[in-house]
Amino acid sequence: MTGVPYLSLAIWVPIVGGLLALTTGSDRNAPVARLTALVAALAGFFVTLPLYAGFDTTTASMQFVERAPWVTRFSIEYYLGVDGISMPFVLLNSFITIIVVIAGWEVVDRKVAQYNAGFLIMSGLLNGIFSSLDGILFYVFFEASLIPLYLIIGIWGGPNRVYAAIKFFLYTLLGSLLMLVAILWLFMEAGGSFDILAWHNLKIGMTAQSLIFFAFLASFAVKVPMWPVHTWLPDAHVEAPTGGSVVLAAIALKLGAYGFLRFSLPIVPDAAHQYAPLVLTLSLIAVVYIGFVALVQADMKKLVAYSSISHMGFVTLGFFMFNAVAIEGALVQMISHGFVSGAMFLCIGVLYDRVHSRQIADYGGVVNTMPKFAAFFLLFAMANAGLPATSGFVGEFMVVLGAVKFNFWVAFIAATTLILGAAYTLWMYKRVVFGEVANEHVKSLSDINRREFFFLAVLAACVLVMGIYPQPVTEVMHASVNGLLQHIAVSKL
Amino acid sequence: MTDMQKLYLLVPLAPLAGAVLAGLFGRAIGRTASHVVTILGVAVAFVASVLIFQDVQAGNVFDGALYTWATAGELRFEVGFLIDKLTVMMMLVVTFVSLMVHIYTIGYMHDDPGYQRFFSYISLFTFSMLMLVMSNNFVQLFFGWEAVGLVSYLLIGFWYTKPTAIYANLKAFLVNRVGDFGFLLGIGLIAAYTGSLNYSEVFAKVPTLAPQMIELVPGSAWLLMSVICICLFIGAMGKSAQVPLHVWLPDSMEGPTPISALIHAATMVTAGIFMVTRMSPLFEVSETARAFVLVIGATTALFMGFLGIIQNDIKRVVAYSTLSQLGYMTVALGVSAYSAAVFHLMTHAFFKALLFLAAGSVIIGMHHDQDIRNMGGLWKRMPITWITSLVGSLALIGFPFFAGFYSKDAIIEAVAVSHTPGAGYAYFCVIVGVFVTAFYSFRMYFLVFHGAERFGKAHGGHGADEHHHDDEHGHHGPLEPHESPWVVWLPLVLLAIPSVLIGFFAIEPMLFRGWFGSAVVVNEANDVLGHLAEEFHGAAAMAQHGFMSLPFLLAISGVVTAAVFYLFKPEIPAWFARTFAPLYRLLDNKYYFDRFNEVVFAGGARLLGRGLWKGGDQMLIDGVMVNGTAGAVGAVARLTKLLQTGHIYQYAFVIIIGVVVLLTFWGSRG
Repeated sequence: MTGVPYLSLAIWVPIVGGLLALTTGSDRNAPVARLTALVAALAGFFVTLPLYAGFDTTTASMQFVERAPWVTRFSIEYYLGVDGISMPFVLLNSFITIIVVIAGWEVVDRKVAQYNAGFLIMSGLLNGIFSSLDGILFYVFFEASLIPLYLIIGIWGGPNRVYAAIKFFLYTLLGSLLMLVAILWLFMEAGGSFDILAWHNLKIGMTAQSLIFFAFLASFAVKVPMWPVHTWLPDAHVEAPTGGSVVLAAIALKLGAYGFLRFSLPIVPDAAHQYAPLVLTLSLIAVVYIGFVALVQADMKKLVAYSSISHMGFVTLGFFMFNAVAIEGALVQMISHGFVSGAMFLCIGVLYDRVHSRQIADYGGVVNTMPKFAAFFLLFAMANAGLPATSGFVGEFMVVLGAVKFNFWVAFIAATTLILGAAYTLWMYKRVVFGEVANEHVKSLSDINRREFFFLAVLAACVLVMGIYPQPVTEVMHASVNGLLQHIAVSKL
Repeated sequence: MTDMQKLYLLVPLAPLAGAVLAGLFGRAIGRTASHVVTILGVAVAFVASVLIFQDVQAGNVFDGALYTWATAGELRFEVGFLIDKLTVMMMLVVTFVSLMVHIYTIGYMHDDPGYQRFFSYISLFTFSMLMLVMSNNFVQLFFGWEAVGLVSYLLIGFWYTKPTAIYANLKAFLVNRVGDFGFLLGIGLIAAYTGSLNYSEVFAKVPTLAPQMIELVPGSAWLLMSVICICLFIGAMGKSAQVPLHVWLPDSMEGPTPISALIHAATMVTAGIFMVTRMSPLFEVSETARAFVLVIGATTALFMGFLGIIQNDIKRVVAYSTLSQLGYMTVALGVSAYSAAVFHLMTHAFFKALLFLAAGSVIIGMHHDQDIRNMGGLWKRMPITWITSLVGSLALIGFPFFAGFYSKDAIIEAVAVSHTPGAGYAYFCVIVGVFVTAFYSFRMYFLVFHGAERFGKAHGGHGADEHHHDDEHGHHGPLEPHESPWVVWLPLVLLAIPSVLIGFFAIEPMLFRGWFGSAVVVNEANDVLGHLAEEFHGAAAMAQHGFMSLPFLLAISGVVTAAVFYLFKPEIPAWFARTFAPLYRLLDNKYYFDRFNEVVFAGGARLLGRGLWKGGDQMLIDGVMVNGTAGAVGAVARLTKLLQTGHIYQYAFVIIIGVVVLLTFWGSRG
C-alpha cells in the first residue's frame, strides 16, 4: 500500500469537481462548466486506475483500506476499502461518468452547470457506496445518491417527469427505511459497531436473521429492481434524460445487487439459504415475465428498461445459487450490463435528439440515412441478446452453467432468455433500423457526429474486449468470491 | 509457438483481417481493393489448410490452448485448436468453397452498392466457421456457432430495405436461438458433470459417466448421456435445419445467392452434422439419442424432399433439396455412420455449392427472374452453366461414379444394416427420398435448361424475389439470356471437378480404411461401416454394382418421370394438382409449419406479453399496490405543503445534510 487514499480520491474528486462546475453559475458560462466537468470526470477516472493496477488478486480481504473515526460517540467511522467484488464497480462508475459528460455535451443546453454537477456528485456518492465498510457511511451514501438522480429526472426529464421522479424516490426510500432499521439492530447486536466486516462474523439467531434478510431484501429488491417491485424503473427511464438513463441502468441498478453480496449473504447466510428459493423464483419470473413484457413495448426506452430488469434477474439468480461460476457470472453480467444498457440508452438518445420520439413506430429504415449508427446499434443489440464475443454473453453463459449445476429446470427457465432476449431486442432493431425509409423524419436524419462516434466507439471497444478476453475481469473476483462462498457455507446460528 | 501452430493461427486470422479491412475501410480503399484483400485472406487460409492437411496426413495431431478466456470457480474456459483429420477436412471444404464463392461474388454482386460490405461479411463468416471447426472446446464451439448465425443474419438481411429479407433474417436468428437454447443446456450439463469444457477432458470422462442416470422428472430416470446428447442435438437441429426447426432455411433464400451457396448449403448448415460427429464418443453411449437423431433426420430427408417438388423459385427448389440432403446426413449420424455423414457433408458441399452458384448464374442470365416457369431452353444460351448444372444434378441424385453416388449410397447401405431403433422407418424414408430427389432435381433441370424458351413472353413474376439493381438492363425489349462472365463460370467449373471425382477417390480411405482415426469413435456393436467394409471391393466395383441397385432404378425413374411430366406431357402435373388438391395445398403451405409458428409462438408470445404488461404491471402492481400507496402519501404531502411551499427533494436534501451535520457535531463531543 502506497498510502495514497485512492478511494477517497475516487469519491471526492468528482464531488469537488461537481461543486466547482456549480460555481460557474448560469448558462452563459456553459462551456466552462462543460470543460470543468470533463476534466473532473477524467481526473475521477484516472485516480481509480491504481485500484486495478495495484490490486492483489490473491486475497479476499479488503484492500486500499482507509479508516478514521468520524462520529466517535456512536463509533461511526469513515471506513473505506474494496475487494474483488466492489473494486470493478468503482472503475465502471468512474468510467461511465466520463461517457455521460460527453454524451450531454451539446445536447443539454439548459442549466448546464447544474446538470454536470449532478452527475459528478452522484459519481462520487456511488463510489462511496461501493467502498464503504461502515454501515452508516454506506447508508448515507446510499440515500444521498438518490437525490442527484431524483433531481436529474425531475428537472431535465420528459413531460411526465414529476410522477416518475416521485415514484422512483418513494419506492426506493421506503425500501431503504427498513434497511436502516436493520443496520441499527446490527449496531446494537455488535456491541455498538457499524463495522460491516465485524457484522459478517456476528452470531445471529434464525428469527433475527430472517427479519434482517427481509429488511435488506426490501431495500435491495427495489434497487435491482426485482419483480414485482420493478415498475418504477420503466417510468424513471422514460422520463429521464439520456445521461440519467445511462447512470441509472449502468450503475444505480447495481447497488441493490451489490448489497446482496455485501450484506445479505455474509451477514445472514442461514436466512439467505433458507429464502434462496424465493429469490430464485422472483429472479426467474423477472427473466421470463419481463422478457415477454419487453416484447410488446412500443417505446424504445421502455423496452430497454424492461430488458434491464430481465438481465438483472440473471444477476440475482446467479447470486442465490451459491456457486462460484454463477456468482462470478452474475458479477460479470453486472459489469457488462453497465456497458451494454448504457450504450443502448445512448443509442436511443442519439435518435431522440434528432427526431424527439422514442416510439418504435416513428422510425423505420434508419440504416439508410445513418449507416454508422446502425452498425453500432447492431453491435449493442447483439450484446444485449447475449451474442458470444460480446460482453453480454460471458455473464449469461456462466450463470446458465452454474444454474445447470444447481438445478436443471432453473437453468432451463433461465436459458429462455436466449430466445426472448434475441426476440425483443432484434425485433425492435428490425422495426427501427431496417426497411425502407419510413417517413420524412427518418429521411432527414444525419449520421452520428464525431462526438457521438467517439463515445459509442469507446463503449463498443469495451463490449468487444470484455467478450473476447474476460479473464482480466474475472481474475480479480476469484479470491473474493471464493472467500464469500467459504464464509456463507458456515452457519451463524 | 511452433511454425505449425502459427500456421493454425493464420487460417482463421487471414479471413478475419480481410473482413476487418473491407468492413471498416471498404469505402476508403474502394471496391477492387476490398475484394482483393478478402480473396487474398481466404486464399491464404486455403493454402495454409492444404499445408496443414499434409502435416496431419503425416500423422500429426494438435490439441492445445491458445489463451485462457476466463476462469470461474473450478471451470477454466480456453480458446484453442484441435487439429485432426476431421478438422482438416472441414477446413479444406470451408476455405475452398469460400474461395470459390468469393471469386463468384465479384461477378454476382458487381452492381450492388453494398459490394464491400458483402465481401466483409463473407470473410467474417469464413473466420467464424473456421473457429467453429478448429475448436478444441465447447466455449469456442459455441462462439463459432453463434458467430456464423450472426453473419447469416446479416447476410439474409443484406438487402435491408426488402421486407421479406428482414423478416427472414429475424426468423432465422430466432429459430436458431431455439436450437441454441438446447445446445447451451447440453453444454451446461457437460460442464456440471465433467467439470470441464475441453473436448479431450470431457471424452476422457465418458466411460465413468456412461452408466449415470439423471431424474429430470421425478420417477423417470434417463441416461445422463441421452439427455446431454439430445440437448446438443437440438442445437444441431437449429443450425442444420432439421424438422421442426427447419423453417428458417427456405426463407433464408432472401439473401444474395453466393451466401445461399456458402452458408445455407455448403458450410454453416452442416455445422450441426460436424458437431455431432465431433461428439461421437458421447452419442455412442446413448442409443436413445441416436434413435431420436435417426427419426428426425429421416423425416427431414423425405418430407422436405416432397416440398421441393412443387417449388417454382429456382433457389427454393435447391433449398429444399439442401434440407433433404441434411436429413440424409443426420440419418447417417443416427446409425453411427459418422464418417459417412461427414463424407456426404463434403461431397454435398461441392455439388450443392455448384448447384446454387449455377442457379445464381441462371438468375443473372434471366435478369433476376427466379421463376423456373419463365425459363426453358437455356442450354444453348448458357452452355457452361448448363453442363455444370447437369454435373451437379447427377451428383445430387446419386448417379454412379459421381461424388454424390458414393456418399449417398453408403448412407443407404448403412441404414439397411443398422439396428438403431427406427432404422426401418429411416430406410423407407431414404429410399423413397432417392426417387423424390431425382424427380425434383430433374424437374428443375428440364424446366430451366430444356424445352421451349418461355422467357420471351411477358414474365409477370419478375424480380419479386431479388433485389432491383438491374433496372438499367432488361425489362424493355426481349430478354436475351447469355453466359455469365468468367468470374462466375470459373467457380462453377472448379466446383464441378470435385463433384465428379471426390467420391471415387475419397470413399475408401474415409469410410472403410479408418482415415479419421480417433476423431470419430464408433462402438463395435454399432459399426455399420465396418460391416459394409467387408463387402467393399473398390470404388469402381461399387459404382458398377450401383447400376443394378434399387436406388439407381429409383433415381432413373425419377428422372424419367420428370422428363415425361415437364418436357412431354406438361398437362400431367396440372392434373395431379387438381385431382389431389388437398395434398397439393398441404405441400404448398409447407405442412403449415409457418402458419402454426406465427399464430402459436409469435402471436402467443405477443399476447402473453401484452397480458402480463397490462394486467400484471399496470393493473395489479401499479394500479393497486403502488398508486394506492402513493395516493395516500400524496394526501399527506398535500397537507405538508400547506405548511411550506417546498419540493420533496429539497426536504430530503436538507434532512440528509442535517443528519450528517448533527451527527458529526453531537457525536464528536462524546
